[in-house]
Amino acid sequence: MTAALSVDRLEVVFDRFRALKGVSLEVESGESFGLVGESGSGKSTLLRAIAGLAPAASGTIAVNGKQLGARRDKAFYREVQMVFQDPYGSLHPRQTVDRLLQEPLAIHGFADGEKRIQRALDEVGLGTGFRFRYSHQLSGGQRQRVAIARALILEPSILLLDEPTSALDASVQAEVLNLLEEIRRRRKLTFLMVSHDLAIITHMCERLMVMQNGEAVEHLTAGDLVERRVTKDYTRNLLRASEGFVRTA
Amino acid sequence: MSAEAIQTRRDWLLSERPASRVQARLGRAYVAWRRFSANRLAFVGLLIIIALLVVAAFADVLAPYSPTFGDLKGSRLLAPSAAHWFGTDDLGRDIYSRIIFGSRWTLYVVILVAIIAAPIGLLVGTVAGYAGGWTDAILMRITDIFLAFPKLILALAFVAALGPGIENAVLAIAITSWPPYARIARAETLTVRNSDYIKAVQLMGASPFRIVLRHIMPLCISSLIIRVTLDMAGIILTAAGLGFLGLGAQPPLPEWGAMIASGRRFVLDQWWVAGAPGFAILIVSLGFNLLGDGLRDALDPRSGDQ
Repeated sequence: MTAALSVDRLEVVFDRFRALKGVSLEVESGESFGLVGESGSGKSTLLRAIAGLAPAASGTIAVNGKQLGARRDKAFYREVQMVFQDPYGSLHPRQTVDRLLQEPLAIHGFADGEKRIQRALDEVGLGTGFRFRYSHQLSGGQRQRVAIARALILEPSILLLDEPTSALDASVQAEVLNLLEEIRRRRKLTFLMVSHDLAIITHMCERLMVMQNGEAVEHLTAGDLVERRVTKDYTRNLLRASEGFVRTA
Repeated sequence: MSAEAIQTRRDWLLSERPASRVQARLGRAYVAWRRFSANRLAFVGLLIIIALLVVAAFADVLAPYSPTFGDLKGSRLLAPSAAHWFGTDDLGRDIYSRIIFGSRWTLYVVILVAIIAAPIGLLVGTVAGYAGGWTDAILMRITDIFLAFPKLILALAFVAALGPGIENAVLAIAITSWPPYARIARAETLTVRNSDYIKAVQLMGASPFRIVLRHIMPLCISSLIIRVTLDMAGIILTAAGLGFLGLGAQPPLPEWGAMIASGRRFVLDQWWVAGAPGFAILIVSLGFNLLGDGLRDALDPRSGDQ
């Protein structure tokens, strides 16, 4: 079986700065794969490179066994979609939810737009009452739900999640994560999820990759993380940091 | 309409959960209108502009005399009186009537310049900003070349080349007034082109053409409208300046700038000949400026949670 997503020795260079230094990973179909690391470790860049938003200097990316060129075609966008980190920045400020959701359908020439929008909103738990609101009339969690609906409306098989909950407060975070988990189960989606929160990754993902300075540090399973079977110091530090502030004496 | 009906209509417009596309759009317009009408001065500006439109539309009815034919024998350079509200000029024409008909030419110039210059500026600016690289460099250097000349001098050169006349004056003013719009549109484009919501549209496979037209341009339009409205006073003055120099409207067209030019010979003895059209220009320019200021407060995306 071919992997849903495979990245081989991918390099991304911004003005001579090597943001990614030959990173490889394979994500099986239907799997949820996590990327962890501190800020600037290149995990978001990896996601953006896969989506075609960051230029790959060398290395290859393949989706469902099909290698991607420098330019993504429309078929790619129907296969792979992305949810951005900041729900306040990822929705157009002058468009209603309705218009936002219509755009991908118009681009890909879907005829049954009305039905799909209805369904997408229901799926993310937003009733029709939200359909004609502008983004400034929505809360952070609602915005992220809209962003998820927008990503799902083209019925992709792979969803790239760039810290989808880090801008939300704790209770809303749990709601959105549960929603994502539920959708993944129902639609048998493949997730590639970036987070700096190890708890979220262990909750959501089966396997994960730890990154530092644009390189892969180690590959782990969620079980390894829970039982502290880590081999690298960096991961150990990360684990310690995730336990939070410890009061001494 | 009863107070209750007004109240329910307002609730409908301000609803947090609009039920249709139309309601959402109207509600938004209503919020902008409320913010605009709360500003007294802007409202005065709007009234001036509406008055200008009404005067231009009903010039035939409002003007008591012909704007182009005067009584050379009996009514040259008469002071303002009940018969001639603003007096008469050196050819015996009623200045009040000429100013009323002149409003048409003022509107003609302002609207045509706005229609020609604003879309050019918007297109050049958004394309340059979104494309970046060579396209940006070439388009913006062309813009710089136009900006390097003083507006009136460049317009003068164009009119001199094209020949005097009000149509050519409009063209010349339009050619000289698009570069600032391009600058604004480009700056605005640069601030949004890397935002996540534009990236999200890219990720849907939208073509650059579609992104610029449907996602970037709508964001630039409000600041452009504000700028164009504020510039209208300048456009009127440039047109009047060209008319004054004899390169805009040609006699006997009752264009305000040309009227001042013809009145300057006797500005000390018969001040009303140049004074009345000057005052008209002043009022209309003021109206556009106040309106533009009010629009800025009502439409500016940076103020409030639009």
